[in-house]
Amino acid sequence: MRVYLDNNATTIVDPHVYEVMEPFFVQKYGNPNSLHQFASDTHKPLKEAMQKIYAGINAKNEDSVVITSCATESNNWVLKSIYFEYILTGRKNHIIISEVEHPSIIATAKFLESKGCKVTYLPINSEGIVEAHTVRDFITDKTALVSIMWVNNETGAIFPIEEIGEICSAKGVLFHTDAVQAIGKVPVNVQRANIDYLTMSAHKFHGPKGVGALYMKKGKELTPLLHGGAQMNGLRSGTLNVAGIVGMGKAMEQSIDALDFEISEVKELRDTLEDALLEIPDTFVVTPRAKRAANTILISFRGIEGEAMLWDLNRANIAASTGSACASEDLESNPVMEAIGAEADLAHTAIRFSLSRYTTKEEIDYTIEVVKNAVDRLRAISSSYAYAPEGHESKL
Amino acid sequence: MGIDSLIGGTIWDQYSDKVTCLMNNPQNMGEITQEQADAMGAKLIVADFGAESCGDAVRLYWAVDPKTDVILESKFKSFGCGTAIASSDTMAELCKGKTVDEAVKITNIDVEKAMRDTPDVPAVPPQKMHCSVMAYDVIKKAAALYKGVDIESFEHEVIVCECARVSLSTLREVIRLNDLTSIEQITDYTKAGAFCKSCIRPGGHEAKDIYLVDLLEEYEKEKLAKQADSGYDAPFAQMTIVQRLKAVEKVIDDNIRQMLVMDGGNIEILDIKENGANFDIYIRYLGACSGCASSSTGTLFAIESILKEKLDQNIRVIPL
Repeated sequence: MRVYLDNNATTIVDPHVYEVMEPFFVQKYGNPNSLHQFASDTHKPLKEAMQKIYAGINAKNEDSVVITSCATESNNWVLKSIYFEYILTGRKNHIIISEVEHPSIIATAKFLESKGCKVTYLPINSEGIVEAHTVRDFITDKTALVSIMWVNNETGAIFPIEEIGEICSAKGVLFHTDAVQAIGKVPVNVQRANIDYLTMSAHKFHGPKGVGALYMKKGKELTPLLHGGAQMNGLRSGTLNVAGIVGMGKAMEQSIDALDFEISEVKELRDTLEDALLEIPDTFVVTPRAKRAANTILISFRGIEGEAMLWDLNRANIAASTGSACASEDLESNPVMEAIGAEADLAHTAIRFSLSRYTTKEEIDYTIEVVKNAVDRLRAISSSYAYAPEGHESKL
Repeated sequence: MGIDSLIGGTIWDQYSDKVTCLMNNPQNMGEITQEQADAMGAKLIVADFGAESCGDAVRLYWAVDPKTDVILESKFKSFGCGTAIASSDTMAELCKGKTVDEAVKITNIDVEKAMRDTPDVPAVPPQKMHCSVMAYDVIKKAAALYKGVDIESFEHEVIVCECARVSLSTLREVIRLNDLTSIEQITDYTKAGAFCKSCIRPGGHEAKDIYLVDLLEEYEKEKLAKQADSGYDAPFAQMTIVQRLKAVEKVIDDNIRQMLVMDGGNIEILDIKENGANFDIYIRYLGACSGCASSSTGTLFAIESILKEKLDQNIRVIPL
């Protein structure tokens, strides 16, 4: 059995999505900008796909949902254009993000910091959540943008986006949310949450890789990052990724339809897995279930280094993830584990299981069995559970 | 940059088959209890190195024959990734049958080489090399416990790059002999910094007393100091601007100023500019000199000749 429990990294392309994309490779391959029938063949499917994407986040027709190549592009676009328009011109000097944003936000913010922009990195609480009041505490009259993710990729923690949106709106500060992990997992409604900009990525909700989008509220259109042939009304140049957009539209529609399934059936499987894993002694899960996306578990197994656990899971054909791979060249413990103030000994022990609507009961049962065996084997090797004679002075 | 570095790959693909086998089935994993050691008539040594909070920890057990110092049995327990477990296992294996003094000579490089499938292909990717370093350190710790001495007594040299085992003295010597000015050069010449990269600058896997960047800075400062000391012996053209100014002042002090002062005048140097091949020295006469007819003829000629003779033929003196 092959079990894929790394759906926060990427997902299987829904077969229906694949099906609607296929004609745009060898039959309807025209460039939508051209003046001939090959081009015209793409226009209706593109419009229908865009309508599905708009509907999926409840965007108004006058808003712009601009297709990009990925969430990283969308996130870079927001931060860098805000820098061009507000910071470089001296109108503002400050942006606010959280300390657990995706690298495409954190690394971009650090880059802007090196160019003179002030950046506040909001902390998370012991449940792994950014508290809305911290946003209010740090907004100044020089704050240009607040960028807080909707759902955290590591823990699945759901952040109080509506509350934060309200605070930003009251203070007159632009609000961006990276909703990459939210689409298809929680209801996303840009109007209710006072959102100015919202990032999404098709491959996180069973669409293809290489296509994402940036929602921009009417009147809040950003300076383009990519100049060129004036596609997307000049907001984002580059030949349209026709198959990708069509696929993303279908994937959005399917995910919205499956939202109830996600928060009932997927949640039940997730809870089954979590309950069983928590029966193992010395385990620890980050973020209470009610405050988490239905598909995610970040769990620590004391005494087992994360990469070693992945090794044993991989031998049993189970795919999971760790943010604490000891292969990176930097200080490498899981940033979330550090941020929530977990015990230092647990910093390298976190494993993330992320399910999808394709996960089955059989796969979960198999995973429980494999994890239990891996814990037994690796704790038998672990120095954390090793014999020491009386009077032995542990640690260096 | 090349395809491999652009696309990346999984580090696991770079493990040797031996590393994979040892991770799956470590041969020397386990413990030696006091009772087991007593039954062998051996002294039990239990040594720890590393910390779970840092991502790697190992506990080494030795049963040592107190009469011969031979390690009769050697076992380990490890918190860490696959290469940490495989390295610890190999380390425990290499200790068996050796005397404590022989075991102390086992290095992390011996451990890594013992895990290779073929002699020329590394057993682990560069960023995993630090896992084997812990294996080396825990042996020293065990030996220190056995002998009742300080762990430092086994390390005669300060090691800056533990992965490639490059000492402070080697690095200092190589940097100076080859006039190295970048980290890349140091890595090319010594392999230091090629593996886990902790030793390059603060912020890596582990904190160090001295980093490669410190050694470069130290050499840079040393070169500057040397240049400052020997500056006045160097040709005028090779001096720094400050050295040139001082050299000109010195020549004027030693040869010219006294004469001017005796006549109730003086001179100050305003600037030295490179003008093509020439060095233009801008001066101003003070006191009786200013307005003196000779100041733009005989005196000026004398000043210029002395500076030319003492410092550089391309000097021109321009009074303002």
